[in-house]
Amino acid sequence: MAEDGIAMLESLYNSVESLLLEFLPELWVELILTAVQIVILVVVIIICVAFLTLLERKIIGYMQNRIGPNRVGPRGLLQPFADTIKLLLKEVIVPDRSNRFLFIIAPLLSLTPALATWAVIPLFPGFVIADVNAGLLYVLALTSLGVYGVILAGWASNSRYALLGAMRSAAQIVAYEIAMGFALVGVLMAGRSLNLGDIVTAQEGGVLSWFWLPLLPLFLVYFISGLAETNRAPFDVAEGESEIVAGFHVEYSGAAFAMFFLGEYANMILISALTAVMFLGGWESAFAGWTFLAGTPLEFLQAPSLAWLAVKIAFFLFCFLWCRATFPRYRYDQIMRLGWKVFIPVTIVWIAVEGVMVWLKVGPWSV
Amino acid sequence: MYELIFFGMYAFVLVAAAIGVIASRNPVHSAMFLVLAFVASSALWLLMEAEFLAMTLVLVYVGAVMVLFLFVVMMLDIDVKSLRTGIMRYAPIGIIVAILSVAQVWSVVWLRNSGLPVMARPAAAPADYSNTKELGAVLYTEHVYAFELAAFILLLAIIAAITLTMRRRAGLKVQNVAEQVAVKREDRVRIVKMEAESD
Repeated sequence: MAEDGIAMLESLYNSVESLLLEFLPELWVELILTAVQIVILVVVIIICVAFLTLLERKIIGYMQNRIGPNRVGPRGLLQPFADTIKLLLKEVIVPDRSNRFLFIIAPLLSLTPALATWAVIPLFPGFVIADVNAGLLYVLALTSLGVYGVILAGWASNSRYALLGAMRSAAQIVAYEIAMGFALVGVLMAGRSLNLGDIVTAQEGGVLSWFWLPLLPLFLVYFISGLAETNRAPFDVAEGESEIVAGFHVEYSGAAFAMFFLGEYANMILISALTAVMFLGGWESAFAGWTFLAGTPLEFLQAPSLAWLAVKIAFFLFCFLWCRATFPRYRYDQIMRLGWKVFIPVTIVWIAVEGVMVWLKVGPWSV
Repeated sequence: MYELIFFGMYAFVLVAAAIGVIASRNPVHSAMFLVLAFVASSALWLLMEAEFLAMTLVLVYVGAVMVLFLFVVMMLDIDVKSLRTGIMRYAPIGIIVAILSVAQVWSVVWLRNSGLPVMARPAAAPADYSNTKELGAVLYTEHVYAFELAAFILLLAIIAAITLTMRRRAGLKVQNVAEQVAVKREDRVRIVKMEAESD
């Protein structure tokens, strides 16, 4: 079923390509087709963000024994659109004596890297917008740019609360980026490639051959660092509303605030997708090696498809929301201690262990 | 053809950003121009098929070094006016540095045109060529000593920086983390049983 869908998409793509090639030179056709893919992907991500905000309010509502938003549309399904329209219609207030240019550009800087990273993420077998050899490096480079939006927003607002929030967030992101980078070193050692598509295919063959099992410490470190990188609870001291109002985005309103909001949620989806691709086998099926399923009506579950990736992303997104509803906020010094004194040593030790395992040819990568 | 257009574009951005670094009045703007210059030069390296170096430049300089730089610049209370008055004092040094670097670039170009046997421009690599793989292969075999030495120097720098800032002074209050973690409920909470009051 999934293979039919992919084949259909492929034939559609090829027919559009040949149609365009009759009028335009090859380079233009390639540019146009890539642009169309990018637009489709970005629109899908933004719709996902919209419903993620609803999902967050619903899930946290149910966890706290409330109903959550249920007034706009059937069961509150149109709530995100009401929120968006409200935010876009509000006035954007630029504070007095703030730095106008940096103030306006900061939200853009926090959203762009979150969207641009999707270029190298393989979505289903044979589809990735840019098949880059150094894909993992590209991911690292772009995710390290996200911090600029936060720092510049804090500084350009000309507000003490915003500056404090930006400082906290910058220190936190720099600290956790190292642990994240080391976790990715483990992944590239196991996958023997920097190309995310190759990393997915290296995890072929059922739930037990995905990298989460041999790289369990790195997997946990990566996901928790992802929580910290996106400034989500319990690491959300950058916006800790009990001390510094709303942190780096206190002064933002209307569409500019909406951009920060979009950036934060797009980052959550991105981190979930990256964790799914690198530790849970991306679009690989969980039941790939289960031979007894062959011939039964459940056989379609064994095919690798976009749905598998979507399920895994949804699982991690649920974990994000679950953490927010469950854990109290970390104290700032505890965050720093966790990042520098726990996560970085753990990753270094596990990389050494993994090196020995690769050398002795133990584990799933012993080919 | 297209390569040349893109080269011109990125080179222009790079030069403009570099001028912005020294010309802008606000130190934070200077830092942001420097970020732009790094990104533009990484794009130039990408055009030269040095993808590993390009990505690492963004990762290390833009993602880490400049963030800390910006951090410091933002925290400083800089009087912009006094900065402007000092500019003429440093102008001679700046001019000397500029002349020297232009002379170096010029000498390389001159050497190429003076009939010396120069290496031909390498052919474009095939699509499946991985710059990263090739670099890794020589970095850990041929150049392993230089690599280890560089790592060792960096480690030394880290230790030096930590020792410079680690001062012991009297009256410092330090938390004992192990003690905090080992705290039990009984150490902190006392449950008191009280009779229900009745009227």
